[in-house]
Amino acid sequence: MGRIELKGVRKAFGEVEVIPPLDLAIEDGEFCVFVGPSGCGKSTLLRLIAGLEDTSGGHIEIDGLDMTDTPPARRGLAMVFQSYALYPHMSVRKNIAFPMKMAGVDAAEQARRIEAAARALNLSDYLDRRPGQLSGGQRQRVAIGRAIVREPSAFLFDEPLSNLDAALRVGMRMEIGELHEQLSTTMIYVTHDQVEAMTMADRIVVLRAGRIEQVGTPLDLYRSPRNLFVAGFIGSPRMNFVEGEEAGRHGAHTIGIRPEHVRVGEGPWRGTVGVSEHLGSDTFLHVHGTGLAETITVRAGGEVPLRGGDPVSLAPEEGKLHRFGPDGLRL
Amino acid sequence: MARAASPARRAAFTALAWTLALLIFFPIAWTILTSFKTERDAIANPPVLVPLVGGADGRPPILAGEADDPAEDATGGPEAGARSPGGPFFRATLENYRVVQERSDYMRFLWNSVVIAGGSTLLGILVAVPAAWSMAFVPSRRTKDVLLWMLSTKMLPAVGVLYPIYLIATFRLPLGGGTFQLIDTKPFLVVILMLINLPIIVWMLYTYFREIPGEILEAARMDGASLRAEIVHVLTPMAVPGIASTVLLSFILAWNEAFWTLNLTAVDAAPLTAFIASYSSPEGLFFAKLSAASTMAIAPILVLGWFAQKQLVRGLTFGAVK
Repeated sequence: MGRIELKGVRKAFGEVEVIPPLDLAIEDGEFCVFVGPSGCGKSTLLRLIAGLEDTSGGHIEIDGLDMTDTPPARRGLAMVFQSYALYPHMSVRKNIAFPMKMAGVDAAEQARRIEAAARALNLSDYLDRRPGQLSGGQRQRVAIGRAIVREPSAFLFDEPLSNLDAALRVGMRMEIGELHEQLSTTMIYVTHDQVEAMTMADRIVVLRAGRIEQVGTPLDLYRSPRNLFVAGFIGSPRMNFVEGEEAGRHGAHTIGIRPEHVRVGEGPWRGTVGVSEHLGSDTFLHVHGTGLAETITVRAGGEVPLRGGDPVSLAPEEGKLHRFGPDGLRL
Repeated sequence: MARAASPARRAAFTALAWTLALLIFFPIAWTILTSFKTERDAIANPPVLVPLVGGADGRPPILAGEADDPAEDATGGPEAGARSPGGPFFRATLENYRVVQERSDYMRFLWNSVVIAGGSTLLGILVAVPAAWSMAFVPSRRTKDVLLWMLSTKMLPAVGVLYPIYLIATFRLPLGGGTFQLIDTKPFLVVILMLINLPIIVWMLYTYFREIPGEILEAARMDGASLRAEIVHVLTPMAVPGIASTVLLSFILAWNEAFWTLNLTAVDAAPLTAFIASYSSPEGLFFAKLSAASTMAIAPILVLGWFAQKQLVRGLTFGAVK
């Protein structure tokens, strides 16, 4: 079990309120991702749930029990840190055993769980090494192993992949996803990387300045962002925004169109190609001089033979336009 | 261009470093050298500097002929070892060590020093580890002030608090049928020296603890560790190099502490500092014996320091270079 509910939770550091009162429920077994730009309070929110920070108001309930004032050790949660936070003076085996030792699990059971975790995480050959002798990816696996053996009601991940190189990150992303499928334990995952959020989450919580901007499934957020912030944050490359006359034509203050929803060819928008990025599978064109916005980014499938300086005309897919009012909210 | 020094410049700096090192080492070398001289050689002017370890007749073979001077033999007097080989040479003797050991019980002073330095260090570490932990990992807005205030007590001359501490030490506590005083007891000196060195111990430990990433302690908390388990199983093992050099420094400081050990002891608790001081008496100055006593007093700490120097240097520069 691992249903986590935040009721009016707020956090202030001195005079500065970093998280205004906030309500959120994370269902049992859910993979929930907190995403937002740096400084949006997502890590603070995670630390409040963990108990590593004290709340300034409100209640945190885990499986219906008020845990607001319960020390982290007794909340039944496990956390994986960005820096891995392994104990450098202990072998991998002892690192993984540590939470069980603290919980007074008997030696045979400890050995059994270490064995199982090591097998699941491909760590069997490294159990007697020190963390310092492992690569970044292996260290992260040890940190996950240490979390698994606690058999927690929920896992908390604080940007666990941001210290890894890009290739490893993709691999670990898959592994964590698979782990969630195997264990079906609640996971809360904090990241600033919207690609991680989109690929892993059952549900994404988009945060800005301590406030929840939108909660929804990845495709919900992609298809119907609630406001300009979410529209701009979710999706890569970023959504194009057009204001003024062109927006007025669609009865909106601002219209948004994703780069993948702009076609190259005969269309109403004309401009000049600035930078063109040829990835093989896709071509990204940054088009200037349309008079609509400074740059319109276009994602064209496959190889498009356009280079910087070439004139181009663009056609937005009318059905894929997002309309926003003057207050930034979706119309 | 990188900071490549010219050979001349390098040589100049090397010479300067050697000069400084020798200057610092000079008093110790002088003391050790003097401890092997006769009292007459000890005050010889110009000083005799080169020890000769004699053969069967106590004379170096190379100087055998020269030293066979009947005039010198005649003036030799009762103190046969006083005959000087001449020039900058003197004949090394262990006589002072024998006399010192005969006259006072070195082992008793040594034991007191060990108890006082060891006890105050142990007690200091027990107090300072939790104190430094709280200041390093749960700092408040006043933590810096507290640290500075603690250090400021070291800026006060010790003699400034001699009177109140002496009053406490000589206060007659009713005990059993009679009274009891703290002065000249080892436990009292242990506490006093612990308090004297505590600011430095806390500061050093605080600096080491600050280097330990807080996330690791948080991980321990998430893993179910109590505060005690966190300090015992995670913080302390990680801070071992820092704690070790703090222990060493504290031990050395307590060992060498002379002001309080001299003022607050007489017989029972007197450590090696009192042992040395007893050779600088109103009866006259016995430089050679004083030097022998000093050498015996500093020998244990020199040996300890020699073996621990690597650890000590690493500890003292901890955090300065990553």
